[in-house]
Amino acid sequence: MSADSPSPVERFETSLDALEVSVTRVEPRTFDEALRDVVLDPETVVGTPLPFDSVSLPDWVDDEPTPATLEAATTGVTAASLGVADYGSVVLPGTPDGSEPVSLFQDLHVAVLRRSDLVGDMRTAIERLGPQLREGHSAIVATGPSATADMGALVKGAHGPKDVHVLLLEDGGAADE
Amino acid sequence: MSSDTGRGAKADRIRHLLETEGPAVEANTLGFNQGRYDSVADLEDYEALKAEARAIKEDAIERLPELLEELRETVEENGGTVYLADDAADANRYIRELASENEAERVVKSKSMTSEELEVNEALEADGVDVVETDLGEWVLQVADEAPSHIVAPAIHKSREEIARLFNAEFDPEEPLETAEELTMFAREQLGELIREADIGMTGANFITADSGTIMLVTSEGNARKSAVVPDTHVAVAGLEKVVPSVEDLAPFIELIGRSGTGQDITSYISLLTPPVDSPVVDFDDPDVAFADREDDRDFHLVLIDNGRLELREDDQLRETLYCIRCSACANTCGNFQSVGGHAFGGETYSGGIATGWEAGVHGYESAAEFNDLCTGCSRCVEACPVEIDIPWINTVVRDRLNRGGEDGQFDFLYDELVPDEESGGPALQKRLFGNYETLAKLGSATAPVSNWMAGLGPVRTLMERTVGVDSRRPLPAFQRETLRNWHEKRGSRVSAADANREVVLYPDVYTNYIDVDRGKAAVRVLEALNVHVRVPDVPGSGRAPLSQGMIATADEKASRVYAALAEHVDAGRDVVVIEPSDLAMFRNEYEKLLPEQSFERLSDVSYEVLEYVYGLLENGADPTALRTDGPELAYHSHCQQRTLGLDAYTRAVFDELEYDVLESEVECCGMAGSFGYKEQYYELSMDVGERLAEQFTTPEASDRLVVASGTSCEDQLDDLLARDAVHPVEVLDPRSRHH
Repeated sequence: MSADSPSPVERFETSLDALEVSVTRVEPRTFDEALRDVVLDPETVVGTPLPFDSVSLPDWVDDEPTPATLEAATTGVTAASLGVADYGSVVLPGTPDGSEPVSLFQDLHVAVLRRSDLVGDMRTAIERLGPQLREGHSAIVATGPSATADMGALVKGAHGPKDVHVLLLEDGGAADE
Repeated sequence: MSSDTGRGAKADRIRHLLETEGPAVEANTLGFNQGRYDSVADLEDYEALKAEARAIKEDAIERLPELLEELRETVEENGGTVYLADDAADANRYIRELASENEAERVVKSKSMTSEELEVNEALEADGVDVVETDLGEWVLQVADEAPSHIVAPAIHKSREEIARLFNAEFDPEEPLETAEELTMFAREQLGELIREADIGMTGANFITADSGTIMLVTSEGNARKSAVVPDTHVAVAGLEKVVPSVEDLAPFIELIGRSGTGQDITSYISLLTPPVDSPVVDFDDPDVAFADREDDRDFHLVLIDNGRLELREDDQLRETLYCIRCSACANTCGNFQSVGGHAFGGETYSGGIATGWEAGVHGYESAAEFNDLCTGCSRCVEACPVEIDIPWINTVVRDRLNRGGEDGQFDFLYDELVPDEESGGPALQKRLFGNYETLAKLGSATAPVSNWMAGLGPVRTLMERTVGVDSRRPLPAFQRETLRNWHEKRGSRVSAADANREVVLYPDVYTNYIDVDRGKAAVRVLEALNVHVRVPDVPGSGRAPLSQGMIATADEKASRVYAALAEHVDAGRDVVVIEPSDLAMFRNEYEKLLPEQSFERLSDVSYEVLEYVYGLLENGADPTALRTDGPELAYHSHCQQRTLGLDAYTRAVFDELEYDVLESEVECCGMAGSFGYKEQYYELSMDVGERLAEQFTTPEASDRLVVASGTSCEDQLDDLLARDAVHPVEVLDPRSRHH
């Protein structure tokens, strides 16, 4: 790659911009504040615990969601295990604590992605996923909000979130080229 | 078998669809198709990606039994069950038993064409199970009680207004629904309620990996995610051809499938589910138990369907059908599909170009026969297909087999004289007429102008329409008494072989030799102006005409005779120059299937489209000043097969180099496609497809330009549509050209 070609982070941001998905770069120490800025209503946020050392969900997020709280919430916060720069995709692992429904049922999904988990292209992402899927795990490669054109025009939020926001966590690691 | 009344009924049905569903289908497919072009242009190496995808499917189908065994073991290790169903009835029996064991009252489904093939909804409903389609388009059709008209966007034929009328009548909401947003949110709410009470979720699978037991689902709405995860029981139904060896094999398909289909770089959700999944059941009967505290025992059943696929795998001509990833590119790029959609261009389940292979394979030839003739062989889908399936060939093979399955002995002796083909079965009269066009042209030319005068008589046209279905609204081409070969023989070559830069054989295709002799003369003069010695030997028709009617044996015989007539010239180092792109496409493409490999390679290596050849001469230093360079502004339509071969660029480059002002069409095909536009049952469809081209050439910017087209059919169609003469590019460059 030549010196002046955009970095994976820049490409990721460009891809997300094209999808009308907002992305915020955050430092671990300002994570709570950044999250509070993007959620729809801090009173109705569900999430699943983030598997990261540098940050965890603030206490105003319901991190033990139930079907009832899932239904009442407006924002869902979950971790992404990978990001794909070329497409603006985030990879969402399905976990026993309910990341899949939490990322799917709310009007807004906030995906938390470590910068070091960003890869350049789809092939690399799938290579990373291979061993995990072979161990029996599942994941969604999610790119932008839920959408449909079935009713005559493009509408966001067909069955899943109307909006997606990516919090890109600066955690000192270098992104893969 | 076609008949006068059969053709009339078909024309009526097509006319009805053109009027009712045509506009919505056209707007949507044109959008998808343009999206595909834009999206694949962003890929660094699209061709390599397609070749890789193709190789993966070839390998997977080759090793299918072994992969199915591996998949079974993997899924069972994961805790799921695999059932290999012989046919639809077998699959439905298994799924009904499952529903019964689970005391299921409701099954929620995400979109799956394979489940349409099974008609599993009807099977479950017969047992009193409520089946709900959760894909918004599928749900619209379920409410309307209609069949999908497109394999990816099932309700493509319905406008927003129609959906609003349907919902308002069916559900009587407090406030009438109107906008797409309102309709979508209403559907989301209704379906959300239905999903939360569901007992079983049913999905299809776009791909299944043997190494991990993962099913990949390509969706945008999120309903497949909900269907698979909310209930505790997941049934995935899929054709057994969906298996690929490993997770890593999915990468090229993830990049290609959305781009090829609806023109999206990627759809919102690529689900990679390895069931039974880790995610908790979303049980609204237990609303206050945290997901993390649940102990779910999920149940997963993978129902793999054979239903004719293993037989397709053994079929050397149709096997490629199994490589299909159901992206819909072949439908979206097809001129005829763009006009009528899948309700005409489809069988019991599948629609679009590749549907002929699927229908012949899973439902039988009769279902394929319904719509097989709508493939004109224009070949635009070949370039669009992400797994490089030769879809026109599949259509041709099925047409050939349908011909052979036809009734014998219905043709009288006289007619057999007129149609000296190699067909042992009984292609319909109309097909044999067009398939043997060369014989007709010879006769017509020998008896011109009487033949033309006869053919122009009202009663004769009426008779032709009634007996063989040649539409009387379509002007017939006029045969020339002096053929191109006669003219050239009398005139002789003006550039001696000794002085010439190159020596070529100008292939006297049937149309150029007997009808549009002028473009042949222009080609000779253009080549001579570039110091080429031109020969016009006696070479038979390429076989394109019989092939297009599904008469493969006749086309095969023609190919052998063409090669025999040209072999000596090829050996003598002469190039073969072809005016008609559909004939060149035979030499470069279909002959691979009709000639021995070596013969095919020798001929195709030295065969060139005439403007491609002119381009090569100019690139190699030929002097362009002898060509006409002060010509008029042009409106140019390149031929569909010419573009699939990548040859349109040469015409463009030559016009560019000679500083012509050219406006180029953007449609996939003119709609004429050889004999197609002459057929009574397809005349209106052909004109409807042509209308898109006519629109582009009647804009203020285009309406004063000289209309130029590379193909015979395109010229005829443009003549008819615009009432302006269309000419071949060589006629523009001809030093003696008077076209302006």
